[in-house]
Amino acid sequence: MTIREIRDLLDADVICGEDLLEEDVHSACGSDMMSDVLAYVKDQAVLLTGLVNSQVIRTAAMMDMLCVVFVRSKVPSPEMIELAKDSSIVLLASKKRMYEACGTLFAHGLNGAKHE
Amino acid sequence: MSDKLTFHFDVDGESFVSAGQASVQVKKNLRELGLPPEVIRRVSIAMYEGEINMVIHANGGVADVDVYEDKVVIVLDDKGPGIKDVALAMQEGYSTASDQVRSLGFGAGMGLPNMKRYTDDMVIETVVGVGTKITMTIRL
Repeated sequence: MTIREIRDLLDADVICGEDLLEEDVHSACGSDMMSDVLAYVKDQAVLLTGLVNSQVIRTAAMMDMLCVVFVRSKVPSPEMIELAKDSSIVLLASKKRMYEACGTLFAHGLNGAKHE
Repeated sequence: MSDKLTFHFDVDGESFVSAGQASVQVKKNLRELGLPPEVIRRVSIAMYEGEINMVIHANGGVADVDVYEDKVVIVLDDKGPGIKDVALAMQEGYSTASDQVRSLGFGAGMGLPNMKRYTDDMVIETVVGVGTKITMTIRL
């Protein structure tokens, strides 16, 4: 699935990274706990979250993620947008809530992590 | 081999917003050095968790990253309160972080366990009331 398809499925606004929408992603995760993302996430390229602070972007950068989706119409700060641009991370904002956003992507074939 | 490259950082304990800046920089530096992506990821996650810990618990400190031919060594040194019970702190889910820290997405009790998980070796030297020094090694 491309990031453009994620944007369309979630009816999301592109906050930054317009030029990276054709990037292909194969799995995603949803969490408001960055500690858990750092602990359990392996190769997920997309993070869906309702948390909005700079550590969300840094966590995504540490995990080599390509895209962060803010759910429930959360809007990142200018500082966060700069951080995301610096790490080539696409930021999307959707009105959908976490459960619905994750479910929509999952139903269209974007999986979570494979269980070990 | 005694040749090494050292990166030194002062970790500002005043601002949660800026926590992680050193780890982002280390990640960039290691990329420029052409280290394998998996090594870079392990180093940067371990260091990031450590940096967050320093800001949350110890009011900052200093971080040194030494890159050798066969390993990367991260040393995090703080003058914080020390860790009273290291075995307990190493348990997944145990945390002394405040609700405010939790509301920011951290303090799940995964920091130290994560640091151990992503490194080949981790040594914690801590004295209550004096500070904590954590040395982590990732082999190439």
